[in-house]
Amino acid sequence: MTATVARPATTAHAALAASRRARRRRRALVTGGLLALVVALALVALMVGETFVPLGDVVRVALGQTVPGASFTVGELRLPRTATAVLAGLAFGAGGVTFQTMLRNPLASPDIIGISSGASVAAVFGILVLGVSGPTLSAMAVGLGLATALLIYLLAYRDGLLGARLVLVGIGAGAFLHAMVQWMLLRASAWDLPAAIRWLTGSLNDSSWEQVRPLAIAVLLVGPVMVLASRPLAVLQLGDDAATGLGVRVERTRLLLLVGAVVLVSFATATTGPIAFLAFLAGPIAARLVGPGATLVLPAGLVGAALTLAADLVGQHAFDTRFPVGVVTGAIGAPYLVYLLIRSNRAGGSL
Amino acid sequence: MTTQSPTRPPAPARERAVSRRRRWVWLAAALALVAVAAVVSVAFGTRVVSLGDVVGALVGKDEGIAAAAVRARVPRTVLALLVGAALGLAGAVMQGVTRNPLGDPGILGITMGASLAVVSGIAFLGITTLPQYVWFALVGAALTSVFVYLVGSIGRGGPTPLKLALAGAATTAAFSSLVSAILLPRIDVMNVFRFWQIGGVGGATWEAIGIVLPFLVVGTALTLASARGLDALALGDDLATGLGVHVTRARVLAAVGAVLLAGAATAVAGPIAFVGLVVPHAARLVVGVDHRWVLPFSALTGAVLLTLADVIGRVVARPGEIEVGIVTALIGAPVFVALARRRRVVQL
Amino acid sequence: MTTAHTLTVDHATVGYGDRVVLEDLELTVPPGRFSVIVGANACGKSTLLRAMARLLVPRAGAVLLDGRQVHREPARRVAQLLGLLPQQPVAPEGIVVADLVGRGRHPHQGPFQRWTTEDDEAVAQALEAAGVLDLADRSVDELSGGQRQRVWIAMALAQRTDVLLLDEPTTFLDVAHQVEVLDLVTDLNRERGTTVVAVLHDLNLAARYADHLFAMKAGRLVAAGPPSEVVTADLVRDVFGLESVVIPDPTSGAPLVLPLGRHHTGA
Repeated sequence: MTATVARPATTAHAALAASRRARRRRRALVTGGLLALVVALALVALMVGETFVPLGDVVRVALGQTVPGASFTVGELRLPRTATAVLAGLAFGAGGVTFQTMLRNPLASPDIIGISSGASVAAVFGILVLGVSGPTLSAMAVGLGLATALLIYLLAYRDGLLGARLVLVGIGAGAFLHAMVQWMLLRASAWDLPAAIRWLTGSLNDSSWEQVRPLAIAVLLVGPVMVLASRPLAVLQLGDDAATGLGVRVERTRLLLLVGAVVLVSFATATTGPIAFLAFLAGPIAARLVGPGATLVLPAGLVGAALTLAADLVGQHAFDTRFPVGVVTGAIGAPYLVYLLIRSNRAGGSL
Repeated sequence: MTTQSPTRPPAPARERAVSRRRRWVWLAAALALVAVAAVVSVAFGTRVVSLGDVVGALVGKDEGIAAAAVRARVPRTVLALLVGAALGLAGAVMQGVTRNPLGDPGILGITMGASLAVVSGIAFLGITTLPQYVWFALVGAALTSVFVYLVGSIGRGGPTPLKLALAGAATTAAFSSLVSAILLPRIDVMNVFRFWQIGGVGGATWEAIGIVLPFLVVGTALTLASARGLDALALGDDLATGLGVHVTRARVLAAVGAVLLAGAATAVAGPIAFVGLVVPHAARLVVGVDHRWVLPFSALTGAVLLTLADVIGRVVARPGEIEVGIVTALIGAPVFVALARRRRVVQL
Repeated sequence: MTTAHTLTVDHATVGYGDRVVLEDLELTVPPGRFSVIVGANACGKSTLLRAMARLLVPRAGAVLLDGRQVHREPARRVAQLLGLLPQQPVAPEGIVVADLVGRGRHPHQGPFQRWTTEDDEAVAQALEAAGVLDLADRSVDELSGGQRQRVWIAMALAQRTDVLLLDEPTTFLDVAHQVEVLDLVTDLNRERGTTVVAVLHDLNLAARYADHLFAMKAGRLVAAGPPSEVVTADLVRDVFGLESVVIPDPTSGAPLVLPLGRHHTGA
């Protein structure tokens, strides 16, 4: 290859490198912008509510100082709720986009193919039947989430994995698990609306510091791994054969990504319930913002966090009735889902 | 089934005759099963009633708790039979029209579409009576089925099972969210919410049955009339056209029938999934692929399945009960998974 | 600059599920040459290529690259030496050509390593060699079938491997684009000494472009060697079950197979 150096094409080569750098700069800018948006939305969420707390007080409470009249409202009520929103958003967004990219189908997000339903079943069973909470509950949710994912994976595995089969098997499994959740809600005579909404569409109303902790640990431990793994994930997008040719151990990588994504989604589900469409929405929105050909795990996580915060703000303050976050994301998500369905079918079904 | 099986090696003609006779035997068996399911449904529940009491209550001699329980269960049983038959038939037609083994009014989002339409009507247009519900459910079912079919057919390869199933699942999820959003701020919402999210036949009345019955009859007539057209469509549009079938007309006729059935069923029983999926497969297993047999069989099997599922829901959770929509999902989802694992289904 | 890596198949038995497709197959790929695997449908030619590319693991025997088993070696290191263009790779929606070709650099990048100028250079040269430099900023979705195939070849080139495996690179292309793609592969082989192994359907194109042919039938290797020695009427009858007349191609001198049918017996 050294024989082909001296040629006038160097300007073309330089232009090529320049446009690649421009694309990367744009991605960095968008990611930075998303981060700023999440911070801004989080601050707004801490400021507004029954009483308005000025920004300065919010920052002081967040830094651990005692501010009369604000410490309780912000520190004990709004801060856990906001932290839950951010962490759950990150987890759902990153987990969702990993599934969508890996299966090359924006509709193959964990909420549509039944993965989060597994975690829901465990969470509902744990809370309503066993009466557990906190780390035990998270462990159960992750355990059953992983078992569900593994089962779907094994059922779909036949002479190699086929994305299409995985999606279909997932839809069936999801319907089954969803029915289990409904059954348990009825059996435990706990069909009161808040519980039902939380476990069917997701809600932040039960946020507390005790609930945040396991989720935070999961996001901090697993999140970076997923961001690092997004490079082999990008190669996997080219198809299993091409990825093998490029030196990616397909099965091993896919299993790592699958487990990581399921852990994120399950922890989040145990905390907030399956927030409707969040895992599904974040990836495609991030893809639109960042532009094609980029790795999306981090941007999608940020989009997820921003969506959760914004939807919760809208649900809490925009109407006479307070809507749980899942109902709002569901209402936003539904038309977008339909739009995406049309678009992706037309394009042949990749993200 | 038939004990007088021939000892000689069967000649082709003979084999056909046997299989035709076998179909009649199966038909008799299915009818018997419907009767059994009906009796079981009337006898079992929170309180188990003896067969004698059932007969006594039905002929009107007995008074007392047992008789009252039986009489209360009769409309429910009739409704379960009707809704099951309608969903089974609708599922068989949808699988035929879309040439898709995963067709089902629930999976394709059509029942949830009917739900959403009714809920929107209640919330925004103030509809209150069952006949209004039925019309709204029908319109919702029709619009949703057109929509899901269109969305699932865009792009390469037309309406593949995968695309349709995804379009249906996505639409169901979306509509279910909208139903929650609409119902949430409303008073007395718990039961309404439950009914329009999970189907059930617990609230059956003779009046309700009377109102949906005409729709079910028309829908049944339309679908049964399109059986031959469905047979031709099974060979592919081009070949069907070549055989002299008006493809579009056959498809629209059958689809309208299916929508009438699914919409009317949803209006009285809420969204119930998987009956329409499972039943036609069972029917084809028994009677082959001829739609003139598959359709009636699907109706009968659907009636049996839904009625027994309802009984299970009543018995398992005593003294409460589980909505039949949950039971059918628990039964039907594994069947769906088994079908999805088949090689042919996922080929894009 | 090629240090002539040798790829050998050593008594390999390969199959899917419980079906054995190749049994005890043995061959050596001539280094620095353009080899083509030919045979009738379902004779195992794609299976052979997939085994070479470690997409399939042999049940017995092995595929050796410089004497080491390709399945046992670190995947990334093998990918620096052995490239593959599969039959149906998937382009992520909306990706631009340069980014897609850039993914060919994956085996040369560590998990924490940033993009280097060497990567930029490799991508630019690959685009240029494949004749798609002017398409670099276009979206892959907008390209024609022939352009797209050249982009995929560019991706394999950016990988800078000394051995390149191509699984039916000309399928779905019209005849002009087939010739274009094979010309490109030949350039690559002549100018850089890249060892190329391709599966081709068209026996005449294979005979014209290949330095070396492997003819397969029912999972066995029935002939191997230069096309002029291998392609005979007897071989065509044996491998494809087809009567034919083989004449020298008037333009290249390579053997040209003229199929006979029941109505054109040539007699």
